Amino acid sequence: MKLKTFRKGGIHPDPNKLTSGIPMIKADVSSEIRLELAESIGVPARCIVKPGQTVSAGEMVAEAAAFVSAPVHSPVAGTVKRIEKLRDISGFWREAVIIATEIIETAVDEAEEALSPRTQEEVDALTPKEIIDIVGNAGVVGLGGATFPTRVKLSIPEGKKAEIVILNGAECEPYLTCDEVLMCGWPEYIVAGCRLIMKAVGVEKAVIGIEANKPQAIAAFRRYLKGSDDISVVKLRMKYPQGGEKQLIEAITGRQVPEGALPVDVGAVVDNVATAYAVYDAVYNRRPLTQRIVTVTGPELKKPGNYLVKLGTSIRTIIEAAGGLPENTGKVIAGGPMMGKAMANLDAPTTKAVSGILVLPRSISQRHEEEPCIRCAKCVSVCPMGLEPYQMMNLSIAKRFEEITSLHVMSCLECGCCSYVCPSHRPLLDYIRYAKREIRNLPKK
Amino acid sequence: MDTKLTVSLSPHIHSRNSIDHCMWNVIIALIPALVVAVWTFGLQALLVIGISVAACLLTEGLIDRFLFHRHLSLSNGSAIITGILLAFNLPSILPWWMVVIGAVVAIGIGKMSFGGLGCNIWNPALVGRVFLLISFPAAMTTWPVDVPSGIGHITGATGTDANTGATLLASLNDYSYGKIGLDNVDFMDMAIGHMNGSLGEVGSVAILIGLAYLLITKVITWHIPVSMIASAALFSWAFGGNPVLDIFAGGLLLGAVFMATDYVTSPMTRQGQIIYGFMIGFITIVIRRYGSYPEGVSFAILLMNSFTPIINRYCHPRLFGRRKTSAVKA
Repeated sequence: MKLKTFRKGGIHPDPNKLTSGIPMIKADVSSEIRLELAESIGVPARCIVKPGQTVSAGEMVAEAAAFVSAPVHSPVAGTVKRIEKLRDISGFWREAVIIATEIIETAVDEAEEALSPRTQEEVDALTPKEIIDIVGNAGVVGLGGATFPTRVKLSIPEGKKAEIVILNGAECEPYLTCDEVLMCGWPEYIVAGCRLIMKAVGVEKAVIGIEANKPQAIAAFRRYLKGSDDISVVKLRMKYPQGGEKQLIEAITGRQVPEGALPVDVGAVVDNVATAYAVYDAVYNRRPLTQRIVTVTGPELKKPGNYLVKLGTSIRTIIEAAGGLPENTGKVIAGGPMMGKAMANLDAPTTKAVSGILVLPRSISQRHEEEPCIRCAKCVSVCPMGLEPYQMMNLSIAKRFEEITSLHVMSCLECGCCSYVCPSHRPLLDYIRYAKREIRNLPKK
Repeated sequence: MDTKLTVSLSPHIHSRNSIDHCMWNVIIALIPALVVAVWTFGLQALLVIGISVAACLLTEGLIDRFLFHRHLSLSNGSAIITGILLAFNLPSILPWWMVVIGAVVAIGIGKMSFGGLGCNIWNPALVGRVFLLISFPAAMTTWPVDVPSGIGHITGATGTDANTGATLLASLNDYSYGKIGLDNVDFMDMAIGHMNGSLGEVGSVAILIGLAYLLITKVITWHIPVSMIASAALFSWAFGGNPVLDIFAGGLLLGAVFMATDYVTSPMTRQGQIIYGFMIGFITIVIRRYGSYPEGVSFAILLMNSFTPIINRYCHPRLFGRRKTSAVKA
């Protein structure tokens, strides 16, 4: 059987799934939790607690400040110590709430007991609107790394109609296995979350797309879904960037989202499997999004693994738990090696966007010296969006932004395939990003 | 803050592909044809190749060092390829100083005058070759007499014997094209390269082995060689020629596999590459049939090199989502 995939471009990086098959480990709860308020794309949440105030586990500490915004909840019971600015992983100053954890040993268990799960009857009685509100109030955001508020995604715009829900279990980024661990361990909860999403957007059909290198995850879902015909599992041919929203939609439905349009314009709603799990957790267990699985990995790391981490835990603490930073570390990356962010500050807290902590030795992370373009056209042939990176880089160097706009630079999804294949080690994506930023800042005509 | 950590934009890993890697793969792909050249023309062939490569390396090194004042980049192998390809386009008995002139022109004018690797408009080896062809037309069409022309078996060809030292295509031109049947040609000789011609063009099978290697290692894609060969075959047939002879008897295969596919001077999009290859095939056959030269591949490639920028201007890849999708209905 020919496996499905997207048609245009793409690359096959070495998967390097070092942590595949390693069961999830619960990371220790820190004595101090620092929650950034800008946990999603859009407007940062508005703080609603004061220093000195006690909070319980799962209590909201900051509320959504706009439509595209997500509230933040405390993962622990404790006392609000300060509300201050701290440096995030990139070194930017961010507003944050600092919470001193109480009774570290038992805080988590107490929080578990405090939950009063909804019964299946209660859940069945929820209307789509209620589900969306619960998800929104629980601070659920896209956990693939983009942190788009899920409430917004589930609110289908007036006049549009969703036809299919696609769960993204592609995990095409090398090294990352957080979704795989989740899919192998808790397929029933992901499916429950998926059905809630289907109800919220009013569709009857869902597909879970998983790349072929995760046979256990595929088997887990197939076993669990035997006999049900509303959700199916599609095995995808390994290719990066399969987990890109538009690529995944094409791989599964064969439809291409037109330039500038939304997935729902071709009838698709795409959510990460971890997001579906968070939806389940929010609706069934009344538990807001306060923790996530983080793949802590790297070729030289002593104890790579998949850690269940409370949001607000310092990155450094998690790396210490995995054996500490190796001597030859060149880069620490939040996320995968293709689209993740290189961290400047390891003392920053974990946020909802951190799907992985990848510790790369200098030998891998170091960039080679740039050489002249030999016009080999590899960047053109790997671009999944059908763009011409070489030309956009040349025009970007020349600051000819109007011309770059006409080459559809804004369609670039920043997957990095072009820079990855360039035999001259040219920083194509750097210059494309620069051009995109400059174009966004151009005065509107 | 950790001062030790590198912070840069994604992607953080690289395919480990490099210019050196591409170039050395091309050199490996050239080895079978090189072996055939030595087998057919003797050690003389090796000498021409050696002189050509040495002269190319020296020219590039000197220009880099004394004119550009920049780091030498000889190790990337591109000058070696130019040297080998130039030699592949020369007769094995060309005087050594002509080979040197060809190499100096190829690298000096064909490549470095534009700024070096990646900047040139025309294929450097062909610039050198055409310069020699126009400057020394006699020497460039004088072939060793002890190598069979490939049509020694032509019946009734009393005026010709195998020892005049002519290439198959040139002989065919002399005998008014199209009147010679295929049964006059020794196909085995043609396939393995036991015939007269430029150094690298004679071993068809060897060149095809090189093509296979380049395709397997993904140095090149099929678009240019296939479109070029197919169009040459098509027009050869359309103009009443013999497609098999046109493909295997001259420099077409060498051009299609190693010269037209030169990264720097060929178009960037698949669509553009097919147009480019198709036009090279067409121009080659037109020159062979209606021009005064028995060969046309070099001129055809150089002509289409000139059109590469305009092809790039008008051929763009299809943008994702540009195709009309059936399901988009608001």
